[in-house]
Amino acid sequence: MYFLKRLVFMIPLLILISFLAFVLVRVAPGGPFDKERKPASPEIERNLRAKYHLDEPLWQQYARYLGGLAHGDFGPSLKYRDHSVNDIIAQGLPVSLSLGCMAFLFAQGVGIPLGFYTAARRGRWGDYLGSFFSLLAVCIPGFVVGPLLIMAFAVHWKIFPASLWETPWHVILPTIALGLYFAGKIARIMREGMLNTMNAEFITTARAKGLSETAVLLKHAFRLGVLPVVSYSGPLLADLLTGSFVVENIFQIPGIGVFLVNSSLSRDYPMVVGLVLLYAALLLVMNLLVDLSYSLLDARVKQG
Amino acid sequence: MNAAPRVSAVKPGKRFGVQSVLPHPPRFPRNAVALFPAFPNLAAKNAKRRKRERAWESLARHCFTLRENLLLRPFLRPFAFFAAIPSAPLALALAVTLLLTACANHEPPADLTIINGAEPESLDPAIITGQPDGRVVGSLFEGLTRLDPKTADAVPAIAERWDLSPDGTIYTFHLRSNAVWSTGEPITAPDFVYSWQRVLDPNTASDYAGQLFYIKNGEDFNAGKIKDPTQLGVKALDARTLRVELDSPTPFFLDLCAFRTLAVVPRATIEKHGDRWMKARPLPLSGAYTLDFWRVNDKIRVRKNPRYWDAANVLNQIVDFIPCDQPNVALNLYETGAADIIWDKGLVPAELMDLLRKRADCHNFDYLGTYFYRYNVNHKPFDDPRVRQALALAVDKQRIVERITKAGEKVATHLTPKGMSNYRPPEGLGYNPDAARKLLADAGFPGGKNFPPFQYLFNSSRGHEQIAIELKDMWKKELGIEMELRQVEWKVYLTEQSKLNFHLSRSSWIGDYKDPNTFLDMFMSNNGNNRTGWNNPRYDALIKDANRQTDPKKREPLLQQAETLLIRDDLPIVPLYFYVGVTFYHPDRIEGIHPNLLDEHPINRIRRKAPRSAGVSPASPVGQASSQPVHGASLPRVPSSGPGAPSPKPPLAAHAPAPR
Repeated sequence: MYFLKRLVFMIPLLILISFLAFVLVRVAPGGPFDKERKPASPEIERNLRAKYHLDEPLWQQYARYLGGLAHGDFGPSLKYRDHSVNDIIAQGLPVSLSLGCMAFLFAQGVGIPLGFYTAARRGRWGDYLGSFFSLLAVCIPGFVVGPLLIMAFAVHWKIFPASLWETPWHVILPTIALGLYFAGKIARIMREGMLNTMNAEFITTARAKGLSETAVLLKHAFRLGVLPVVSYSGPLLADLLTGSFVVENIFQIPGIGVFLVNSSLSRDYPMVVGLVLLYAALLLVMNLLVDLSYSLLDARVKQG
Repeated sequence: MNAAPRVSAVKPGKRFGVQSVLPHPPRFPRNAVALFPAFPNLAAKNAKRRKRERAWESLARHCFTLRENLLLRPFLRPFAFFAAIPSAPLALALAVTLLLTACANHEPPADLTIINGAEPESLDPAIITGQPDGRVVGSLFEGLTRLDPKTADAVPAIAERWDLSPDGTIYTFHLRSNAVWSTGEPITAPDFVYSWQRVLDPNTASDYAGQLFYIKNGEDFNAGKIKDPTQLGVKALDARTLRVELDSPTPFFLDLCAFRTLAVVPRATIEKHGDRWMKARPLPLSGAYTLDFWRVNDKIRVRKNPRYWDAANVLNQIVDFIPCDQPNVALNLYETGAADIIWDKGLVPAELMDLLRKRADCHNFDYLGTYFYRYNVNHKPFDDPRVRQALALAVDKQRIVERITKAGEKVATHLTPKGMSNYRPPEGLGYNPDAARKLLADAGFPGGKNFPPFQYLFNSSRGHEQIAIELKDMWKKELGIEMELRQVEWKVYLTEQSKLNFHLSRSSWIGDYKDPNTFLDMFMSNNGNNRTGWNNPRYDALIKDANRQTDPKKREPLLQQAETLLIRDDLPIVPLYFYVGVTFYHPDRIEGIHPNLLDEHPINRIRRKAPRSAGVSPASPVGQASSQPVHGASLPRVPSSGPGAPSPKPPLAAHAPAPR
């Protein structure tokens, strides 16, 4: 019931977001049809604006947009005029989704064990080494990691292809480039969570009843120590799934992350609003899922 | 507390059941089990928990044994915990990878892979404006004429021949009998009438409708002043004869006919599918290739159109266009062997140009484009031509092309690049700081004193910024005046320039066709691209007069006079350098790319001679590294125009610039 209520509440929120995006992108100077090469007559520009209803008053345009939205139509792209925004989402989203999923899994797969390990080895050289690595991963941004990976593995050693999106081999480098930062971040969150948990009384109890350290860590500390990672994972997943401008650019990946940034630069109004809505919806759903998983992981959080 | 032995102690008592409780004094644990129903559960739970704990410990033990068995103790010790942690996500990632491997699409490798510049905004000939779009569209659609791969002159395409009336305003085109759509129907004169009407139709909202304003009533029809399309100067006399009436003689009209906007498009498909007709299948196309697929930002694949009238001279079967607007990515793809050709002037990393230029696979050639800056002539003190000239004379353009652009660009003193067959541009102002100082002093600013602060507007880009800084330094050093840099985002830049909301503004222009008009008409007073506030009735009159001439000999001096006004006397703009076209391909492996002013390289004439070097990893199973049998390798090389096509003009070898 609680989740149903939250789902319903998302609708007015999304409408509000669409309105803000719709207005804000139009406030920015310049329009979608401004080009370096002006058309030969002002009538040509007028025809263009008329074709895409940009000459109507704003409220009418917005009403038209909401009408389309009700039918699941995000409208035409004003930059890529052969495509609708739906077409572009349909082509780009699966790519961004799979790259995002891979990067998410990579980040969790590396981050959680690393965080766990550094917490378990607290104060020993394994901890220092692991923490150094996670700190490094957090500090180096994707636009440095990506080209470095390409330099090393594609251009120099020729192990992986440099860019594009064709075979599974094309997925590996971008996954690492996208996921490494988050892996480091998760490792740090995980370590923090584990260390906090290990001060708790129930851990002392577990030790007192004679459990081995491995069992204490894995069975008791892990379950609670991983909770901060879980709450971080929701927004992280939404973030990764909607694509990354930097990594998609560096690896020439046909996802929607590139469009999210470029559409606002090219004032492609329907595309901006459509993609912002998509991002917002994903974020809301992910947060909902996180709350759901909380109640599964932590018995203290029970939803009515 | 350890309850294990007690549970086993209870066992014998259990046999007696509840009845046995009464005669015997109860022992606590047995009683507890009997009296409180919750207790047995607890015991069972405890047992389960212990079992699980033992399982974990045995798992850990196994890991340790495994480690010792492998004799990796010193290495694995820190990783013992790792081994024990359920690394499900990593396993899942592995599984997904395997799954992807299993269902990876196995497309056949292309004969040619071309890195083509930015993602095309459209593939509809009436809509496109960009050069990358044009290169793809050029393979899919054709017009009355096409451009020769060597000289970029207009040669017959779907029109086999044409007649021109003596006054130079009426063309009669005769279409080929063997020109058919890729679906088999003949391409007729009414198809052209429809295609051109469609470009001019206000509802199509074509950016480049201006290319058809030379046709009688073209501009009025586009503006909605004439509603009846039959009043346009284009008519089909019969299925294979097209009559085109122009407003006035247009010496470059045949070049325009080769321009993408004027290509013939399939009427029935467009009327059925509307704006989304590029997605229709089958898609009737008039060019040398058909569209296999178009994945946005990923790849466009075209395949040889067997019904193309000149199919015998299409030298490859499958061509991939990779959209990419980043120089480093393009270079990586090319260097790792994932692409054969890079062609776009925007796809050259300027930082590496020094190194790349020395290589055999880097081809630079003159190009029909000019980099210049505009003055806002309404803004004081730039309303004074002496100030404009002073600033121009103080710019050491050589320094800019040597230190910043570095791709072999030539210094520009005039707007129109050299190399057009019918025009020799006049020389403009060179580098002369002394004259510059004198002019500035004459204008009332000796030594730059009291010169009001001014700004240089440019859109964010490293190259533009470097040039802006260089200009700032030069003017500071030579003239003692101070300039501020104003860097803005692209759309803001365009808006500010259109509104004349600038003092000086970076600009550039790429010619559409090989005629000086493509540069010079821009600065007529009513032209939307003027954007300087400059208007000179004499300039307007000269350009109009020149374009009315049918004799190129009489036309040239008029245009030269006009350009002299523009770049010497009035100087609303200062040309800095001419762009060069840069193309990367290995001459041993690829043939059929010829340098020309328009940077036009019809892909049907490009051929793979030798397989691409196995650059990409052996790890890439579907990577395009594998050597590929060369399709069409047995075809003989043919002269530049097709067998059925008499070349109307001799190739102007003198004007094809030599590659440096």
